Amino acid sequence: MTSTPASPQGLHVGLFVTCLVDLFRPSVAFAAIKLIEAGGARVEVPRAQTCCGQPAYNCGDRKNAIALVRQVVETFERFDYVVAPSGSCAGMLRLHYPRLLADDPNFAERAASLAAKSFELTSFLVDVLGLLKVDAAFAGAVTYHDSCSSLRELHVREAPRRLLTSVDGLSLIELGDSEACCGFGGAFSVKYPEISAAILDAKLRDIAGTGAATVLSGDLGCLLHIAGRLARAREAVEVRHVAEVLAGMTDGPGIAAPRQSG
Amino acid sequence: MADSREDFKAAAVHALADAALQKALLNVKRGFVVKREAAKAKLPEFDALREEARDVKDHTLAHLDLYLEAYERKVNESGGQVHYAPGAVDARAIVLRLCQQAGAKLVTKGKSMVSEEIGLNAELQASGIEVVETDLGEYIVQLRGERPSHIVAPVIHLNKESIERDFRRTHQRLPRQRRLDQAEHLVAEARQILREKFLAADVGITGANFLIAETGSSVIVTNEGNGDLTATLPRTHIVVASIEKVVPTLEDASTLLRLLARSATGQEITTYTTFTTGPRRNGDPDGPVAYHVVLLDNGRSEMLGNEFADMLRCIRCGACLNHCPVYGAIGGHAYGSVYPGPMGAVLTPQLQGIDRARDLPNASSFCGRCEAVCPMDIPLPDMMRAWRERDFARGNPAFNERLALRLWAFAARRPRLYHALSRAVARFLARRAGARGSLSRFPFLKAWTGTHDLPAPQGRTFHALYARARRGKSR
Ligand code: SF4
Repeated sequence: MTSTPASPQGLHVGLFVTCLVDLFRPSVAFAAIKLIEAGGARVEVPRAQTCCGQPAYNCGDRKNAIALVRQVVETFERFDYVVAPSGSCAGMLRLHYPRLLADDPNFAERAASLAAKSFELTSFLVDVLGLLKVDAAFAGAVTYHDSCSSLRELHVREAPRRLLTSVDGLSLIELGDSEACCGFGGAFSVKYPEISAAILDAKLRDIAGTGAATVLSGDLGCLLHIAGRLARAREAVEVRHVAEVLAGMTDGPGIAAPRQSG
Repeated sequence: MADSREDFKAAAVHALADAALQKALLNVKRGFVVKREAAKAKLPEFDALREEARDVKDHTLAHLDLYLEAYERKVNESGGQVHYAPGAVDARAIVLRLCQQAGAKLVTKGKSMVSEEIGLNAELQASGIEVVETDLGEYIVQLRGERPSHIVAPVIHLNKESIERDFRRTHQRLPRQRRLDQAEHLVAEARQILREKFLAADVGITGANFLIAETGSSVIVTNEGNGDLTATLPRTHIVVASIEKVVPTLEDASTLLRLLARSATGQEITTYTTFTTGPRRNGDPDGPVAYHVVLLDNGRSEMLGNEFADMLRCIRCGACLNHCPVYGAIGGHAYGSVYPGPMGAVLTPQLQGIDRARDLPNASSFCGRCEAVCPMDIPLPDMMRAWRERDFARGNPAFNERLALRLWAFAARRPRLYHALSRAVARFLARRAGARGSLSRFPFLKAWTGTHDLPAPQGRTFHALYARARRGKSR
């Protein structure tokens, strides 16, 4: 990981909102902005962004994936850093962009340099900005689900835990098998819903076993998947993106939770 | 013979509803994942060893023709004979001919995935030769007329009770009242039956974990010792192996063996590691009189030159199966191939053609755990994606899927349009959900809402809210 700069002041960060956050849960992006600013950097959100290209890439549609990847490189290369509140999108930028554009003389280097400055949110806060604690409170026990891309593509494990344990009143209970996939996998969850749900059910049993009332993760894809099945089963476990808790923005309902009246 | 079950999805759904199978699959974690982790923790140089092993294999594959020639020379020097088989049909024909030349009535077999791959047993049996599997798991699979559901543990899908039923059904001449309720009883009974077969067999067929170019030896690892008896007792020993099994030296084989045992079963070393080199020499107390090696290509040399070359490093340890959430959910049979799980999702399309096996590389969440535990550092998810790309390039995915992707990509490349659509979708879904936090039904997303609710969006998109906030600020 990049070493901590002397001062984050003046660092210009482009926020990669992610298509899911934009559509389903804008509060996550506002939380991300608050956290990055708390770490001392300046955030800008370029308007010309849509999606990182994973849906096409993982469905084998390389041509459309490359077109989108070029668009992201062009939009974000002017920043000092690019930060996404998602391990999956950050992993796409960091690991897969350089490979997709490796044979493109006009883009190969640009993709590689974008990759080197792209980060998942919590790891950016801790590893780049050197943020060690946040100013937030959350009463109760939570458990944390590592997304596979955060864990295995980006090796982000300590950063979210470190920040979470600095939240006032929060206690973190680890899952029995924190390396296990939740079964989301993007299009996989729609193409093979029964298998996806069976994998998820093992994760839900693990979550229930912790006794925590809240489950957090750094990837909205996993969270929609988890929350959707909990809602179907009418389970009362609260589901949130980790950024909401770290930014102290937990007034609104959790994912898939009914809106409180009044 | 390894014909894909055309309907992977139906087989998977069936497997998910099979309570006995689901119970048996829990053993994968208990039996393999935990033990591998412990064995790896006890070997601090595991990762260094992994790199070394990868380099050994990459080097060998880059010069495969030379090492195969060297291996063949050594086999000849030791009095054996090598036969090349381009495809499954050729391999079956060669083995059948060798058996017939040996006048074989009874053939014993050690565990061999390659012989499963080419469907050898059926071919021999059709010519009136009795074939007996001597690995306990393979023996049970054979009694049941199934194929193995795991490359290391063929009967991981079964429990003791169902094996007891199989034994009672097939071992009719043994006393009814005998006890068979413990694993020891089952092992003892299989031993008793197999002992006669070992002694009576005319030909013994084994696979090979490695072939050593330096010495012309073939190496097998077993935990039951059945491989030794299969290789040494009959007058003829036939090794059936695929071409990528060759390694340059004994030293290289020992590097790979250290990884294999730990990754497969969490053992430091497998109970029996057997080297066989040629037939019995003058003065040897035992060993076969004739020694043949059938080297199978079956698509491997094509893989050497395509995007799946890394797959040829595979040492068949099964770690990727054991750590795969999809395999853990549905077991091995649903894959419709002798090679299930992540390694099978890459190999099977090469063997059966992508048209027949297109579900396998698609049915992955790309969680990456297979690649993380693979002792040969094989990028399994990347290769599954490469199959998806080939499949897509051939126009294979369903029309709906292609259309959806095309529309989505059209919009995603036009941010203004995309934002407008997102705003509309967010608003629409939020309105439909009302005060509920989620939608339990939605016409275009039946595949999702069949198993979960669709969480409702907060109502406005981030970009809309952000633009408004900025306008507010600048005013
Ligand atoms: S792909 Fe890797 S983990 Fe899977 S069986 Fe082969 S060597 Fe083992």
